[in-house]
Amino acid sequence: MRVSNRKKVICLQGVSYSYPGTNNRIVLDNINLDVHAGEMLVLLGPNGSGKSTLARLMNGLLAPSCGQVLVDGLNTADDTSLWQVRKKVGMVFQNPDNQLVAATVEEELAFGMENLGFPPEEMMKRIREISARMQLDELLNFPPHRLSGGQKQRVAIASVLAIEPQALVLDEPTSMLDPAGRREVISELNRLKQSGKTVVLVTHDMTEAITADRIVVLVQGKAAFMGPPRECFSRVAWLQEIGLEIPPAAELARRIRGKGLVVPQDLYHVADWVEYLCQES
Amino acid sequence: MPGIIDIKNLYVSYAPGTPIQRHALRGISMAVEKGEYRAIIGPQGSGKSTLLQVMAGLIEAEGRVSVCGKDLRHKKNRDGLWRQVGIIFQYPERQLFEDTVFNDIAYGPRNMGLSEDEVRRRVKAALEAVNLDEEVYCLSPFKLSGGQKRRAAIAGILAMEPEVLLLDEPTAGLDPRGKRQLMDLFSNLCRKKQVTLVLVTHDMEEVAHRADTVTVLYRGRIAMGGTPKEIFARCKELESIGLFVPFAAQLATSLQAKGLPVRNMTTLPEAEQEVARLLKGRA
Repeated sequence: MRVSNRKKVICLQGVSYSYPGTNNRIVLDNINLDVHAGEMLVLLGPNGSGKSTLARLMNGLLAPSCGQVLVDGLNTADDTSLWQVRKKVGMVFQNPDNQLVAATVEEELAFGMENLGFPPEEMMKRIREISARMQLDELLNFPPHRLSGGQKQRVAIASVLAIEPQALVLDEPTSMLDPAGRREVISELNRLKQSGKTVVLVTHDMTEAITADRIVVLVQGKAAFMGPPRECFSRVAWLQEIGLEIPPAAELARRIRGKGLVVPQDLYHVADWVEYLCQES
Repeated sequence: MPGIIDIKNLYVSYAPGTPIQRHALRGISMAVEKGEYRAIIGPQGSGKSTLLQVMAGLIEAEGRVSVCGKDLRHKKNRDGLWRQVGIIFQYPERQLFEDTVFNDIAYGPRNMGLSEDEVRRRVKAALEAVNLDEEVYCLSPFKLSGGQKRRAAIAGILAMEPEVLLLDEPTAGLDPRGKRQLMDLFSNLCRKKQVTLVLVTHDMEEVAHRADTVTVLYRGRIAMGGTPKEIFARCKELESIGLFVPFAAQLATSLQAKGLPVRNMTTLPEAEQEVARLLKGRA
């Protein structure tokens, strides 16, 4: 897909970051990155490579030590535009329990809108739309703590979507979920992507990364790779060297090639393998 | 011969005798042999963590539970169990508390009443096992990176040299390499030192590639038990309770459904063999 002509939702220009009180230890080092409208961008990298910091710079939770972050043209370091920035870029964290605050799902969905002073009729309308779209309508009167992990995370996503951000940034949203919960959240993200929403996903799960339009690999605070998943996962030796892996389907292809057999490049899912092996027979 | 963990007809309920009473575990009977690598899988809320806490003597339960030959119906036996049974909770780094990494890891061995020489030997061995350099010994554990904290917390349990190690998603949030290193460490303890492992996890690839046996929990009951190969051949049943099978098992099931002659498989080496056989048969 061509993304170069599309609108840039988030621009990071020469961004560096050090946490206060750490002797200027560089967590992010001169990052230049544009997130385009409608793009699904996945951030990969070993623990401590700066992924979560980068995510937090994208909606002004952190301000860069050097360089600047522009969200739809607004500088995140400018306090007067911070509320605007947060409206444009919504954030979802690892543990939904830390993000859900209200007594019922309905109040949870209203929380962000209330804070931004939406009129009640508009709030009700949006809650109806969003809960129908995300199949939460039957859960509206439930207390969030009674939901499954996957449901909670979908409520967290829905409550951020309620304020209609241009982009959604998610920091390892599936790492605390069981397999069904993971699948639920990932298919939700794919639906969002198809509906044209901009999604930035931080993950350690290579199978989740395959769905990206573009992958950025961070290594020790530097953007060491930017490109499509196919290109990323063809660099097997390099990924291993920096402590990452390739998805099992791609690993199988690598092993088969190691036996001197020829298989196609793009085998990333079970379905790809099934299709290939069946057409060959 | 009874197992090192032997459970008969176990029931655990939360808030018993109140209107909100809820059974977390119902009628669990299972045995784990010494030196076995057992995985426990199940959807959220199926009782996995509760079962682990019963095995560690942290929760009082109805039914017969014996661990390392001790009858856990007696409070005295439950209270002393920590000397033989180590439990690593989710996010164990939240339990770090001492002023230095060394003292944090020495806390358990010191409480066991070991000599300071023996404590020192064990702390060093544990830190080496988790791959932490000597230069961190005198640092505050809170100065370490996330991955280092996790490893320090785990070293604190290893230093007690437990016979049974209970692991509750020990690698959640770690990157692939950190995960592999830790899981290799646990595998080695099991294979080389006959430490009995009980691993609660959502990672089916780990289960497929490492565990001897699997117990599947669903709504507080045992839904299935067997080797990874036996369990993961039951793809449909697992999916119906919200679990999924590892890549190789998914591939086997899908290819079999299309009528291709492949054997059941759960690991990547098995998949490699089967797929290579298929492709060679055509060449």
